[in-house]
Amino acid sequence: MNRSRELLPWDRALQPPAFTPGYKTSVLRSPRQALLSLHNSLSEVTGPVFGPDDLGPLDNDLILNHAQTGEPIGERIIVHGRVLDENARPVPHTLVEFWQANAGGRYRHKKDTYIAPIDPNFGGCGRCLTDENGSYFFRTVKPGPYPWRNHINSWRPAHIHFSVFGSGFVQRLVTQMYFEGDPLIPICPIVQTIPDKDAIDRLIAPLDLNASIPMDMLAYQFDIVLRGSRSTPFENRLEGN
Amino acid sequence: MPQTLDALKQTAAQTAGPFVHIGLAPRAAGFDIFEKNFSPVLVDERTEGERITIEGRVFDGAGTPIRDVLVEIWQANAAGRYAHPADRQAKDLDPHFRGWGRAAADFETGLWRFETIKPGSCIGRQGRPMAPHVNVWFVARGINIGLNTRMYFEDEAEANAADPVLNLIETPARRKTLLARRETRGTETVYLFDIRVQGEDETVFLDV
Repeated sequence: MNRSRELLPWDRALQPPAFTPGYKTSVLRSPRQALLSLHNSLSEVTGPVFGPDDLGPLDNDLILNHAQTGEPIGERIIVHGRVLDENARPVPHTLVEFWQANAGGRYRHKKDTYIAPIDPNFGGCGRCLTDENGSYFFRTVKPGPYPWRNHINSWRPAHIHFSVFGSGFVQRLVTQMYFEGDPLIPICPIVQTIPDKDAIDRLIAPLDLNASIPMDMLAYQFDIVLRGSRSTPFENRLEGN
Repeated sequence: MPQTLDALKQTAAQTAGPFVHIGLAPRAAGFDIFEKNFSPVLVDERTEGERITIEGRVFDGAGTPIRDVLVEIWQANAAGRYAHPADRQAKDLDPHFRGWGRAAADFETGLWRFETIKPGSCIGRQGRPMAPHVNVWFVARGINIGLNTRMYFEDEAEANAADPVLNLIETPARRKTLLARRETRGTETVYLFDIRVQGEDETVFLDV
């Protein structure tokens, strides 16, 4: 018997459509033809497997992983949470990657020209594997908001980018985490590409005092939910069977 | 026992933004931070199969290369098996092939390239074999949710004609947007696969 579980589809009622004119760059970068809907085959339900050998010891510590002469400037924080699927099952041993601007809102990237300075002690990226319960955490400094060219005087709310794999390649998710209480969130054109208010709220990490470390750092909690799977497996019968 | 579906709501996607390289390909962003880096080279000297290069650009609706795109591929090994526990086909795994790679486009030309092997055919639904193909996913600034497509090989005409996915594309003229063109450069076999996000000859994208 050769059976696999089919993944549940993208929930298009809450996922951003490709064409969102309020976010101007999407206008020329969005397909106009309908996507071809495909039932899952092995090509969709499989995906790359990563292990501890892919990572280095400081990869989930953005406070230390680019420290040169000292530690980075900014509010020290922990970001932690769980990666689950829609069936509320933890997604264990999956690769989570994250990247962000520094405390002044500047990215260490050769294409970022914002006047805020680079922090010599901050790289702004990290990664980790979830544990057997789907949990992850990393240390960093809180990123700053920054201006960008969309409409005049557009500002991104403070955010951390996330990339998550899951088990099947089509579960691949790239998203952004925001911080509770940031007044820039509701006026951000990128946030507003999401058509569902509750889905936006789930991208906003609440302060988690219980996970903070007294006299050291505050914590924010961000749970990520990947596509789940149907209860009924489909067969990958071998040819001629 | 009945299973409760939709117990949780899936997390919404957001664009990877212009600085995606910091997180996913920091060397492309201009710095070296990780001891180990993911790469567009899927093979080592022990990997089995025919060496190929896959090269292409992603074009926007104005025909301009998207020069900040980040592309990932996922494919079966030379025998047609995926290195994943859900693939239980009776074919050998290749311990020297994970089947996944990541490439950042060149900031000047928009060109990205992978060094890999040609995958074998693997079984599809209802026992119908799928023609050899490479699964492609990419993100960039302006793309709100990653786009998925498949790259097939133009020199696999017979297998392509029977492929269950290519045959789902109603307009035969659009099937060719998924075919990579073979080119020989010295001893190198290159498959050219340009992707058009919008407009004339728009690539077929998959809702998978």
